[in-house]
Amino acid sequence: MMARTLYQKLWDDHVICTEADGTALLYIDRHLVHEVTSPQAFEGLKIAGRKPWRVSSIVATADHNTPTQYWEQGITDPVSRQQVETLDANIRSVGALAYFPFRDPRQGIVHVVGPENGATLPGMTVVCGDSHTSTHGAFACLAHGIGTSEVEHVLATQCLLQKKSRTMLVWVDGVAGRGVSAKDIVLALIGKIGTAGGNGYAIEFAGPGIRALSMEGRMTVCNMAIEAGARVGFVAVDDTTISYLRNRTFAPKGDTWDKAVTYWRTLVSDEGACFDSTVCLDAGVLQPQVTWGTSPEMVTGIDGAVPAPEDFSDPVKSEGVARALNYMGLVPRTPITQIAIDKVFIGSCTNSRIEDLRIAAGVIKGRQRAESVKLALVVPGSGLVKAQAEAEGLDKIFIAAGFEWRHPGCSMCLAMNDDRLSPGERCASTSNRNFEGRQGGGGRTHLVSPAMAAAAALAGRFVDVRDLV
Amino acid sequence: MDRFVKHTGLVVPLDRSNVDTDAIIPKQFLKSIKRSGFGPNAFDEWRYMDHGEPGMDNSSRPRNPNFVLNLDRYQGATILLARANFGCGSSREHAPWALQDYGFKAVIAESFADIFFNNCFKIGLLPIVCSKAELNSLFGLTEQSTGYTLTIDLENQLLVRSDGHVVPFDIDAFRKKCLLNGWDDIGLTLLHEQEIREFESKRKLRQPWLFS
Ligand code: SF4
Repeated sequence: MMARTLYQKLWDDHVICTEADGTALLYIDRHLVHEVTSPQAFEGLKIAGRKPWRVSSIVATADHNTPTQYWEQGITDPVSRQQVETLDANIRSVGALAYFPFRDPRQGIVHVVGPENGATLPGMTVVCGDSHTSTHGAFACLAHGIGTSEVEHVLATQCLLQKKSRTMLVWVDGVAGRGVSAKDIVLALIGKIGTAGGNGYAIEFAGPGIRALSMEGRMTVCNMAIEAGARVGFVAVDDTTISYLRNRTFAPKGDTWDKAVTYWRTLVSDEGACFDSTVCLDAGVLQPQVTWGTSPEMVTGIDGAVPAPEDFSDPVKSEGVARALNYMGLVPRTPITQIAIDKVFIGSCTNSRIEDLRIAAGVIKGRQRAESVKLALVVPGSGLVKAQAEAEGLDKIFIAAGFEWRHPGCSMCLAMNDDRLSPGERCASTSNRNFEGRQGGGGRTHLVSPAMAAAAALAGRFVDVRDLV
Repeated sequence: MDRFVKHTGLVVPLDRSNVDTDAIIPKQFLKSIKRSGFGPNAFDEWRYMDHGEPGMDNSSRPRNPNFVLNLDRYQGATILLARANFGCGSSREHAPWALQDYGFKAVIAESFADIFFNNCFKIGLLPIVCSKAELNSLFGLTEQSTGYTLTIDLENQLLVRSDGHVVPFDIDAFRKKCLLNGWDDIGLTLLHEQEIREFESKRKLRQPWLFS
């Protein structure tokens, strides 16, 4: 048999049938559901008189709209409350493998909850009405973000209509140095290939720089594959994958575990398999990254400076940069280390796992948030992450340093709840999107790693965290 | 889904690249549990001078006089002209819903984000990829002449300009068939019900841990 890429293997394993033009019907193993993109799908299903195909594929939680404080008051925003209650009612009526409703000890961001409960397993197709579903690719899954019509389609048929993507190998050489993390690798990649660079591709992340990452780090990288324009991104199975999954709630046990592991070990690209495109990056020479604009590709190292529109020859691009700088309130050529911040957000499905919190806590331990920083927010990705962090005393470190320690959820990543920036406020954020208004109307977002966000909170401006650790 | 065969309509040029889904429909409007009613809030932050929230009377809000969709000459536009990487960002179908609810039948751009592109087909909003050179000339034409219209002929996969110049475009055969007939994907997939069941039983035998 011809050498196959991991993508080809995952694809072949799920194709039910293919149309003449290559559109295939793919079987879906795991369907993650949250409150924002599912109500219209459940409604559509009901109106058509259809039943969900396999409810045991569903894992659901409420995350986007849920508040991160005053939980005893419930959800006070009536529109948000209605959406969360609609999810409650829908799951109650159809059922699910697992549901972690608002205030459940295991509630959290859907992309944190799936893996930590072992509901994301290698070789699965995973879908969710959320573009950051690519996160689950860290487990050698084919994980697609889908729209609401597709959510309904998967509910009704357990399938997704897909055309095969081209394949891109992102080979990360070298190992990230002290103070440099998975987030810096993926930001640097997006800076290199652009936010449309991965359009139409399925990205496999490989090489020593990826192998050296923990599962948390790999999830961070795959999470932002979508910001590079790729709908799916993934990493092959290795020992790190398998030891992460052992004993997780929904992971197989006993003989089935052994059988599963044998299969999982095959989930790697064969020697000599061909990719349509290859991009190389050296993690060994990377600086911590900071975005300066309103698209994740507008990024530079901590030693860099904000560019000027005239640095770009393409007029559309140049005008885009001018608009971004205007929105961001930045003057061309400003060194990144001279940008002062108002708020810090440590959280989101990119960087709210236990490792992220440990790293951030390690930076701030025994130090203090700068006076000029109005708010430094830590929002764990899930109830389990929060409990683990508290067991390790991380919450105390954050609180002692002047950070706020909150309940889990998406929070200021997209500001659908009360956690948001005011117009003009500048934030060092560990999330994944710096679009205009993403963290609140008029808010200015700089994407960074947890270590860099922590360092910025201490200094009141961006600084090189490598000088602190 | 509505059928899409041929459409002639007024064109509005949105001359920006990387227009993201947050810009197309800001998140505060995603709290709705309905599929319709997003049109008045399409491009909310660019269209209005104040901050929009669900439930506001949009007709009395202050409009941004400089935003292209607000210009008199583009009122009633049904074809949106855009640049590269249109619809990047989230998977929210609320973005194509909002464009459709606003009145758009098609979006023509140099490139689209994958998920957005896919979502458009699911609701019968036609996304058309067009070369940069053709786009440049379309932007020029719409800006030069008030009331500039285009015809989109899906059957023959052609953009027909009012000066008679035609531009062919690509589309997947399967998607084209669905649009021309207004077919519902779920109904089509369920024609394969038996095959899905057989696939599922085999999968259960080989990888039982996926079905616990
Ligand atoms: S944390 Fe942010 S990016 Fe992740 S699912 Fe929530 S809103 Fe989306």
